Amino acid sequence: MSKPAPLTITNGLLVRPEGEPQPGGLRCADGLIVALGEVAPGPGDIVLDARGALIAPGLVDLGVFAIDKPAFHFGGITRAALMPDQAPPLDHPARVRFAALSGKPDFWVHPLAAATRGLDGTELAELGLMREAGARAVSTGRRWIADSGTMLRLLRYCAMLDLVVVSHAEDAGLAGSAVATAGEMATRLGLPSAPAEAEALAVARDIALAEISGARLHLRQVTTGAALTLVRAAKQRGVEVTAGVTPAHFMLSDLALAGFRTFARLSPPLRRESDRRAVLDALADGTIDVIASGHDPRGAEDKRLPYADAEPGMAGAETLLPLTLTLVRDGIIDLARAFALLAANPARLLGVEAGQLAVGAEADIALIDPERPWIVDSDRMAASAGNTPFDKQPVQGRVTALFKGGVAIA
Amino acid sequence: MTGSASPHTGRYPAGAAAFPHRDLLAIAGLASHEIAFLLDEAEQWVELNRQSAKHAERLAGLTIINAFFENSTRTLLSFEIAGKRLGADVVNMHAAQSSVKKGETLIDTALTLNAMRADAIVIRHASSGAVQLIAGKVDCPVLNAGDGQHEHPTQGLLDALTIRHAKGALNGVKVTICGDILHSRVARSNIHCLAALGAVVRVCAPPALMPDGIEEMGVTAFYDFDAALAGADVVMMLRLQQERMQGNFIPSAREYRHFYGLTLERLAKAAPDALVMHPGPMNRGVEIDSQVADLAGRSAITRQVEMGVAIRMACLDVLTRRARGIAGWT
Repeated sequence: MSKPAPLTITNGLLVRPEGEPQPGGLRCADGLIVALGEVAPGPGDIVLDARGALIAPGLVDLGVFAIDKPAFHFGGITRAALMPDQAPPLDHPARVRFAALSGKPDFWVHPLAAATRGLDGTELAELGLMREAGARAVSTGRRWIADSGTMLRLLRYCAMLDLVVVSHAEDAGLAGSAVATAGEMATRLGLPSAPAEAEALAVARDIALAEISGARLHLRQVTTGAALTLVRAAKQRGVEVTAGVTPAHFMLSDLALAGFRTFARLSPPLRRESDRRAVLDALADGTIDVIASGHDPRGAEDKRLPYADAEPGMAGAETLLPLTLTLVRDGIIDLARAFALLAANPARLLGVEAGQLAVGAEADIALIDPERPWIVDSDRMAASAGNTPFDKQPVQGRVTALFKGGVAIA
Repeated sequence: MTGSASPHTGRYPAGAAAFPHRDLLAIAGLASHEIAFLLDEAEQWVELNRQSAKHAERLAGLTIINAFFENSTRTLLSFEIAGKRLGADVVNMHAAQSSVKKGETLIDTALTLNAMRADAIVIRHASSGAVQLIAGKVDCPVLNAGDGQHEHPTQGLLDALTIRHAKGALNGVKVTICGDILHSRVARSNIHCLAALGAVVRVCAPPALMPDGIEEMGVTAFYDFDAALAGADVVMMLRLQQERMQGNFIPSAREYRHFYGLTLERLAKAAPDALVMHPGPMNRGVEIDSQVADLAGRSAITRQVEMGVAIRMACLDVLTRRARGIAGWT
């Protein structure tokens, strides 16, 4: 394989781990970043004038359900942690190894090992062997592990393996077959619903078990004020817990269910407005560590159904960056923190050297015009399906160029 | 009964402005004058249905499909009679014996029905929102005959008409709805319909059958049936499904009857002339005692069935006016 020519990007705004972006550029060679700041192109370099665009790390998307390269590349995502909820599930080392290689060279997949065989929540899968096959963390999948004994054994084992456990925090007994959060909207629509406290119950238990076991726990989506309060308190006690969310839960409330719009059918379901505001507060104060797309493209056969019969999930990869940038524009977080949430923090949880612009790091780089306006259109998405709850919404911020290992891919 | 002139000219906006909707999917979203218009339109059919020759030709030549994806005897029969009394060709499709069982999607079934060029489709489905989904895929008016736990709009209308016949008007009438509010589309349509017409609505259920946020719909919620009954002008009992009586939602049928069954003794707590209603089919001896269900002069349960046919005739007539080229409706 011929080596790509070195790349020098000039005249941009470098996203820094802290503070405002700085004017400058960077140089990549042999797939790595070799210089940052005031750079001069070497002989034979490909030179790209960023014309004032943001030079940012490629996004690291923690928890996607499908490898959908066109959508990820559109969204500036260069690595994704793949949920084990595949057919068949990622509960065997061979499947993990295959998944880990499935995106290369222009997209890196970090598989999340299924915590239990068949993701059925009872018997531990071969977690150590899957780690050796390339699993970067362990996940309970779309569901919570209801049996507390199983969960404790899982956490203890993963503490030994030094693998983060990614949990879906919804109390199974309360959630049952609910498709909406209990409240006025679910009642008006006549939809099966569960109290929002199903999340707090599950978070409280998972935190307690993490505390006993000393494991690192990542709650993939924390979407309610009550659960965020628990996470905040646990962090203050020094528990190794982190929390994530998708843009849906800081942009939308359950009002989006009006008209039985199945694109708003998500898991966990959309919450009340007060919970949406609590998520914004938690993004501002650092309680939430990760914003992920939850990318789960679903075609008409899964979505063009009565609301309760439709599958949950949204195609989120393309809207992840612009919707996160709305938080910056609204003054809730600064740009450095936006990229910590989108890239540096998920990379740290997965234990991969990525998510920040640093000399010696893999040259995963996105050029971004943060102001560029565009309109989300479910009929014209790069994703393999257009199930977005943000259809027809105007947004700002678009990736203008993307590099994986110093090679242009978009 | 073949003319198109409205029996209440002048009380409503002219022509289609009186009811500017293609479909009847829900009571929620209808203006109170649109609801009143349908009730007034139904009065002529109440009269017709009491004649010995109960037939009109208003919908002659039209095809109405009753597509029932959930079992029903009473509502299906009511829609079928309504269509036939208006002279339409009525076809019933039972999902239990249809291609739905063979895995055909709801959308494909809808497109098939549409290709048969029905002039109106009446749909019942076990899933909330299913009827709206189908309505978006077909070219003719769609009537919701009950979708999951969402709405059953013709039931709301027929109950309002029944109350209006007994009490003269809805405004200020105190209505207590008791039973499985959580799972009831009848309750939701009634709440919207009664509230729009000015009635004061109370709902009563044990906690497990009371939906969250119900008071946001403009009602007062009670767990105590006796308190909910005090001074009520209308007592509307809901059916309790057999499968919910056995420990999941309530401990037992007899314990349910103890707290929430409408007995003669309980009925005495309501207004002296309180009307007793039930959408049927009844569990006699559970939510309602036979002595109450059959109480002459007070029980309106068979009257509800009568009003149901008239309301469905009115809805079929109004929704097909555009297709029939009625002046002012095209």
